[in-house]
Amino acid sequence: MYNAKAVIVGAVIFAVLFSSPFWLNFGKDDYKRPDVVLPKNEKECVEPVEYMRAEHMALLNQWRDQALRNEKRVYVSSTGKEWTISLQNTCLKCHNDYANFCEKCHIANSVYPYCWTCHITPEGKK
Amino acid sequence: MNKSRRSFLKVAGLSAFALSSGVAALSSTAQAAATMPGSSYKMGAAALKAKRWAMVIDTRAFKGPEDYQPLIDACHKAHNVPTIKGSNQNIKWFWLDKFDHAFPDDINAYQAAGIKERMFPLLCNHCTNPPCVRVCPTQATYQMHDGIVAMDYHRCIGCRFCMAGCPYGARSFNFMDPRKHLPKEMPNPTFPTRMIGVVEKCTFCAERLAVGQMPACVEAAGGRILFGDLDDPNSDVRHALAENYSIRRKPNLGTQPGVYYLI
Repeated sequence: MYNAKAVIVGAVIFAVLFSSPFWLNFGKDDYKRPDVVLPKNEKECVEPVEYMRAEHMALLNQWRDQALRNEKRVYVSSTGKEWTISLQNTCLKCHNDYANFCEKCHIANSVYPYCWTCHITPEGKK
Repeated sequence: MNKSRRSFLKVAGLSAFALSSGVAALSSTAQAAATMPGSSYKMGAAALKAKRWAMVIDTRAFKGPEDYQPLIDACHKAHNVPTIKGSNQNIKWFWLDKFDHAFPDDINAYQAAGIKERMFPLLCNHCTNPPCVRVCPTQATYQMHDGIVAMDYHRCIGCRFCMAGCPYGARSFNFMDPRKHLPKEMPNPTFPTRMIGVVEKCTFCAERLAVGQMPACVEAAGGRILFGDLDDPNSDVRHALAENYSIRRKPNLGTQPGVYYLI
């Protein structure tokens, strides 16, 4: 092999740099779920909490398409309860603490949805 | 091993089919997982329904531009529409213009002064053949089954093809963040605003029809604007059209506007 020394040193440096996040975080605490503040007065969300936690973004997309394109603005949940489809008027009515509910988890997971450039949070204009 | 061209193609075709059907099956299971089993969607019980929504504006009943101001205010308040004064970047859902500009097919130098000087209310015509829907590359604007030409701002990429396509100037582009021109307390906190870079227009108040209310301008007009089902021969709008002479904007374009003017 030509320039074996340089190539091997380079490959080792690359391997160390590439895997550095793994080594730097080795043995550290696991990811902790952020302590979101749940609504005080309401116990039941539109769907079970596991589903909402994993799929709320997909559900919101379906809500948007059904309400805007098909004029179907009522969601009948798996438990048979009816909900008016509206992020601003249904979701945020209970989840009225934007900073301690939506934002807290989004920041912890490095996602930055731009819902609030149009939809108005309970705090009003951001 | 000596493979013939024929057997090679057979194996290649089979593997391509197996791979693609596997991928398709995977993606369909992923889609199914996102929907909660047992859930469904339906229309609200109070929703007003029609086959073809249309509006008839009795311009004879309005004395001057000041008569239209409450209608404009009601519309812009209901939808958080900003007013950007002294700028060609204003947002308009419901606005006024002179006869020559509103109905340029019918220019007549000797028009009666009452028509010539009168201001006419203009809004999206919710055409039967909407050019804006044809040119939208993302289907952000679309025609609903009840004739309303609606918009999904989530999908709008701000290309402004629809503005070029619309012959009525009914669409406005958000050149800047509209919230900068709205008061701190939103005029209607139950309705969203728009963001920079999307196009917006009148929606025939689809969100109000869904809860059994008439459009904001119709409500504010107190009977001088009729709104109803053009497909129903017994509706108010059909009676008004049957009994009065009505015109529409730029009829020769074939867009079939849904807004009629009694003059």
